[in-house]
Amino acid sequence: MKYYTEDHEWVDVSGGEATIGISEYAAGELGDITFIELPSEDEDYIVGDTLATVESVKTASDVYAPISGTVCAVNEELSEDPGIINSSPEEKGWICKLKDFDTSELDDMMSPDAYTKFLRKLEE
Amino acid sequence: MKLIFEQSRPNRRAYRLDANDVPAGNAIPADMRRREPAALPEVSELEAVRHFTNLSRKNFGVDSHFYPLGSCTMKYNPKSHEQIARMDGFASLHPMLGLLPGGEKLTQGALETLYFQERFLSELLGFAETTLQPMAGAHGEFTGVMLMAAYFKDRGETNRKVMLIPDAAHGTNPASAAQAGFTCREVLSDAEGNVDLDDLKKKLGDDVAGLMLTCPNTVGLFDKNVKIICDLVHQAGGLCYCDGANANAIIGRVRPGDLGFDVMHVNVHKTFSTPHGGGGPGAGPVGAAEILRPYLPVPRVVRNADGEYELRSDFPKSMGHIAPFYGNFGVLLKSGAYMKTLGREGMIRVSENAVLNANYLRVKLAPLFDQKINRMCMHECVFSASRQVKNGVHALDIAKGLIDRGIHPPTIYFPLIIPEALMIEPTETESLETMNEFIEAMIDIADQAANNPDALHEAPVTMPVRRLDETQAARKPELAAL
Amino acid sequence: MTQSDFLFRRSGKLPYIANTDADQRTMFETIGCSGFEEMWKAAQVDFPVPALENLSSGMSEHRMLDDFRSLAARNASVTAFLGGGFYDHLIPAAVDAVISRSEFYTSYTPYQPEASQGTLQAIYEYQSAICRLTGMQVSNASLYDGGSAVYEAALLGCRVTRRSRIVISEAVSPLYRRMLKTYAANQEMEVVEVPARGVESDLAALQAAVDARTAMVIVQYPNFFGQVEQWDAFTAEIRQKKILTAAVCYPLALAVLRTPGEMGFDIAVGEGQSLGIPLSFGGPYLGYMAVKSDLMRKIPGRIVGRTVDLEGKPGFVLTLQAREQHIRRESAMSNICSNENLCALTALVYLTMMGKQGLIDAAEQSAAKALFARNELSRLPGVEATAGGFFNEFVIKLPFAAGDAVKRMLPKGYAPGIPLGAYYPGRENELLVAVTEKRTREEIEGMVKALEEIL
Repeated sequence: MKYYTEDHEWVDVSGGEATIGISEYAAGELGDITFIELPSEDEDYIVGDTLATVESVKTASDVYAPISGTVCAVNEELSEDPGIINSSPEEKGWICKLKDFDTSELDDMMSPDAYTKFLRKLEE
Repeated sequence: MKLIFEQSRPNRRAYRLDANDVPAGNAIPADMRRREPAALPEVSELEAVRHFTNLSRKNFGVDSHFYPLGSCTMKYNPKSHEQIARMDGFASLHPMLGLLPGGEKLTQGALETLYFQERFLSELLGFAETTLQPMAGAHGEFTGVMLMAAYFKDRGETNRKVMLIPDAAHGTNPASAAQAGFTCREVLSDAEGNVDLDDLKKKLGDDVAGLMLTCPNTVGLFDKNVKIICDLVHQAGGLCYCDGANANAIIGRVRPGDLGFDVMHVNVHKTFSTPHGGGGPGAGPVGAAEILRPYLPVPRVVRNADGEYELRSDFPKSMGHIAPFYGNFGVLLKSGAYMKTLGREGMIRVSENAVLNANYLRVKLAPLFDQKINRMCMHECVFSASRQVKNGVHALDIAKGLIDRGIHPPTIYFPLIIPEALMIEPTETESLETMNEFIEAMIDIADQAANNPDALHEAPVTMPVRRLDETQAARKPELAAL
Repeated sequence: MTQSDFLFRRSGKLPYIANTDADQRTMFETIGCSGFEEMWKAAQVDFPVPALENLSSGMSEHRMLDDFRSLAARNASVTAFLGGGFYDHLIPAAVDAVISRSEFYTSYTPYQPEASQGTLQAIYEYQSAICRLTGMQVSNASLYDGGSAVYEAALLGCRVTRRSRIVISEAVSPLYRRMLKTYAANQEMEVVEVPARGVESDLAALQAAVDARTAMVIVQYPNFFGQVEQWDAFTAEIRQKKILTAAVCYPLALAVLRTPGEMGFDIAVGEGQSLGIPLSFGGPYLGYMAVKSDLMRKIPGRIVGRTVDLEGKPGFVLTLQAREQHIRRESAMSNICSNENLCALTALVYLTMMGKQGLIDAAEQSAAKALFARNELSRLPGVEATAGGFFNEFVIKLPFAAGDAVKRMLPKGYAPGIPLGAYYPGRENELLVAVTEKRTREEIEGMVKALEEIL
């Protein structure tokens, strides 16, 4: 099940791992991604910490940890081809995976439907 | 066009030295010798000169093109200033000479030019003293903010760790404040790009060191509340910093010191006619109120009782050294020459004509582009390409269209509070005819945007290159030919 | 309106302002104002015009030039053996000719790349030249000067290692160390200075000063006293501790010396003034920074990259801008907005005009003349010259205060060197002497004779 934050990050929980990325909306707003500064494996993050930084030609955006946890995997492919975030932000463009997280932190997040509604409000 | 390295041929030479007139030999340890010479170019003097001359011809410059870059003040760079900077008595003067015992006597001319300019700027802008040491505008900002920090530290007010910065500010403001140890707190702007007084009152507090304000503001407008703003900040125990990037609009007409600013930087490469050089060198003098004087950097040029100039560093509260010596002297010669030429009467002629020219363009272009605010502007007018965006034409496309018409584009996408911004600053050195040509070009572009937008998407087509792949440049950076 | 105001307006002698009275009338009509007063009021500038009584009156170009000529004439020229990071080298005439092209000096930062390929390619070539000279892989488009480059190197070290302690040798220029102190004053950065040993950097003490909180070690090469030291083993040791190393290097010396890249440094920074930039009493100068490839995305300042256009044609753009202040604002790599573009261009033209062999010639002659000067000086009674390997700068010890020697030699037309006492307490009798290829044998012998006369 995917959850979304107001900062346009998504979290996909399955089998004790939470996969994190940025939403299609965010990727669109940023434009062509040119570089991503990935977190390091085995590092702990608290919700709200800067997990990664995504750069495009004209912008730099911080990706905040939507939940607390320890990084157990990092999408190394993004180093070679940051454009994956543009072509497949919500699937192949995942940034990292966390383990040992607190599921209660997911309670504040939005379901895919709620996020869609949230985006519509933003556009107004 | 080939890189200079690609034109090299073994043993080709340009410059030759005289033969050595001392015995051969040196004290370089044998094992510290470079084994392979640096792969520097090997070309003849003609090849070198031709290469660079041809490169130069690919550039737009003020001398060849109208350059209405908002907030950059691309005014004419007087040629007499170039002569002055090259005078042997200035160009070959070693900076250490002024610091040697007995050396000041040999540098009186140089010290006098610095002293004159400090006094001139202090009087012009309304400050007690000015330092000429900052080597650029951003460096001046940093210096100014450091003055504020030194002041509060000296008073034991170490809780004042926050700098208020308007959301419309240039990126160097928060960056400079952060370097000086402050955290930044944003103050909202109203629709005119002026500080929202209610928000300011909310954001002020015991932890605030001060406010950094661009005056005139980054939308090219003068905020009639500036004095009130400074008062509010002072009442809350803070200081006011004036970002003087837009000083061309006010020199001779307004003294920021009189409005309540405690510290201010100016950019000599904007307001005081020194050349931009393709991105430097410049200088960013900082004016300081009496309360901040003790913290100014050293060394300072002081005139003693005999009328002679000295370099003094015995200022115990000084923030220290921010430059290796006295600042970008070779650049400051040019701004000093400008001040001497224009003098008291000339300063206001600059601002009044800069403002008049900008308003002329504002009125003439108003039918073509959206304007968030439509009132008398200062030295620059800001439009939005929001109307053209409806037809798929962005500020970027308009800029590229101007390049094809032989005009350097205005500033685009700044300030951030105006979407699709086009910031146009003609300066006072442009003629009515040039401005009318610009208006004609913009009419043409607006017409294309409405009826043939694809043409603008393709622009520019007349330059040595078409639009460049900036994404690729950032993804797979190629930063040197090795 | 004052009398001079009136004359100014009437005669239409507005320097660099094109608008005639007629032009102004046309524009007032367009904007709907009767004159400037109404214009200012509508712009909300509604308070009295300042009197500015203490400002001098304007003058003609001719008079202004005369003024500056007499000011220039009041600066005496002496034969200078002054270094300390700033050197009197020969500058080919073509350098000034090129940078006097108005397309180079009256243009702005190349934010519109299609209209700035000249500047952009030149800076790319400059970056390449600096890399080749220093043995590094990435160079930025320049910083303000050597001192701010040292500061930026320190910031980079803290950024990359996420630590905040900087260890710096006192054999690094005192001018740069005091700038570093001022810049870092309000930041978390802690600067630890390690004393030199005579004219040598104290490698053992530097090693000892390093701890778990150290981000970077900064040394100078050749050091401030002119000594050429070997750093390979040192950088290897420091690297093992995951600490960065930076070398402050005299660029012209690198024509004949092993490069910082070869010796294992992560960063090379310094002052580029020796590359064709006039001394000009303190500036403008040129800070350079070159790094190993793994630090590419952490380097501050502008950078030019090579790319292609829509038609596949090669071209150049400012790149990696996401590091800079106009995007990252508070979390920018630094607050640097500009580079010293024209100075970087100057250095490139100089390096091109001198070329591979010319730079070596200038360096070799500087070294030869420096050795000659040192030998001549050591023959004087009471004068001790330091031993050890040097490039073109060395220290001599006098039997009395070096500052006095300087004071007595200036009237004879010689600035024999920089008294160390101003920067290194307790070393008042020592003088730092620099010699370049520009000095003739006659000048050197003259200086030696003048010193002899006052001993």
